[in-house]
Amino acid sequence: MSADSEQRTIRCLIAKVGLDGHDRGAHVISRAFRDAGFEVIYSGLHRAPDEIIQATVQEDVDVLGISILSGAHNTLVPKVMAGLEEYGALDDTLVIVGGIIPEEDRPGLLEQGVDAIFGPGTPMQETIDFVKENAPERA
Amino acid sequence: MSRAVESDLVERLLDGEHRALARAITKIESQSPGYRDIVSELHAHTGDASVVGITGSPGAGKSTLVDKLAKYYRDQGETVGVIAVDPSSPYTGGAVLGDRIRMASNVGDMDVFFRSMSARGQLGGLSTATADAVKALDAFGKDRIIIETVGAGQNEVDVVKTADTVVVLVQPGSGDDVQMLKAGILEIGDLFVVNKADMEGASRTVAELQEMIHLRDDPRANLDTGHHGAEAFDDAGHGHGGHADASDAETDVDAEDDPSDGDKPPVWTPQVLETVATTGEGINELVETLDDHRDYLDASGELAEKARKRAGEEIRQLLRSDVNRLLEAELDRRGGVDAFAEAVVEKETDPYAVAEDVLEPFRECLDGRDD
Repeated sequence: MSADSEQRTIRCLIAKVGLDGHDRGAHVISRAFRDAGFEVIYSGLHRAPDEIIQATVQEDVDVLGISILSGAHNTLVPKVMAGLEEYGALDDTLVIVGGIIPEEDRPGLLEQGVDAIFGPGTPMQETIDFVKENAPERA
Repeated sequence: MSRAVESDLVERLLDGEHRALARAITKIESQSPGYRDIVSELHAHTGDASVVGITGSPGAGKSTLVDKLAKYYRDQGETVGVIAVDPSSPYTGGAVLGDRIRMASNVGDMDVFFRSMSARGQLGGLSTATADAVKALDAFGKDRIIIETVGAGQNEVDVVKTADTVVVLVQPGSGDDVQMLKAGILEIGDLFVVNKADMEGASRTVAELQEMIHLRDDPRANLDTGHHGAEAFDDAGHGHGGHADASDAETDVDAEDDPSDGDKPPVWTPQVLETVATTGEGINELVETLDDHRDYLDASGELAEKARKRAGEEIRQLLRSDVNRLLEAELDRRGGVDAFAEAVVEKETDPYAVAEDVLEPFRECLDGRDD
């Protein structure tokens, strides 16, 4: 019992931001993360950046996974990143973005503090391994 | 992890920093080193919040109701903390915590602090973690704290018992649920809410619940209704906690007829309410009844009594898990439980003898004390 409870559990928020109604990918990743032993909080569809910030700060998740397929990433992601910074949550939250992100937009997002971008066809295990290796310390 | 880091975290939490509150709860939840110091320091700052526990079967509408309650309190200018407990997989330890989805009325409002927690397979540890997280919210200065949990087993019942007032949510037409209630949850409910009251079968579920509550309270209640007619009926529907219970009825048969209860200690009869959480119908009545119950707890001295009981239970729970840890360490020192198990299976020894043997040094240690 003691060994179990002290074991580190990775907490993730899987978030759908903006006017994007496609959540199959978010569901699949939520489930895969759960089966990998993570605690997953799913935001539901059509969330505003404010809601994502509120949830990330309050739930103190190790990982924020943003799923965007609408093409609005250059508008939405910066808002989320700025909010995390405001509440002092940017440094110790691993931010990953999944969905349709054109190659030319990637450097810009990474510069804003996004830790990784996973496009369509990324093997699930690759994402899980990335999270396991890079989840920040919560000492 | 040094003591200073914990003190700094506590200080920032008391200063109202959301991130510090979130991190404190993380430490409490994962029982990371130093979390005990945090809870110890927070303890002195607690006691001002009113804590409500909401339980019910999956899909009964708990999260939606919590959302509406939080909205109501926010409109009154009060701050709210919510802890939503969800089950985790016994196999992988993973969990999907979905209650947050329903918090649609409080979008982006940082003064509603919503935190999801999973059971994480802790034996009894969940109620400790929840109680400690409630302390963190309380010390932070939240006026209202709501604990939400799926009422499936003992673990969840223990969790919800960390609240001052327990609300049990029931779906209409769920005969099975009512059966389940009979088995245990009926005792812990101060308030029963039939949610989705616009659905068919709601009034029947209300009637069933009322019947069970009165059977529980007073075996003679059914007989009494004949005498008191309309008044007793009214009492069952919208009682205000002044309803006399069995012991009163024995000493003073006219107790129920006497509106001036005088110096008698107030008695609480569980109420049955109807709500439609999606539209917010019945929320006002629910809030009023919650306040009534709170007043009753205050007036009867039960609030203080509950706090004492809870503290006692917390001490016991902590000691149990600490002693357990000591015993596990002792077992490991002696080569682990597997070797003993093998010996027991081979009939070289028996479980009682092993337990006696492992416990010996502890017993000696305690026997030697005379203070």
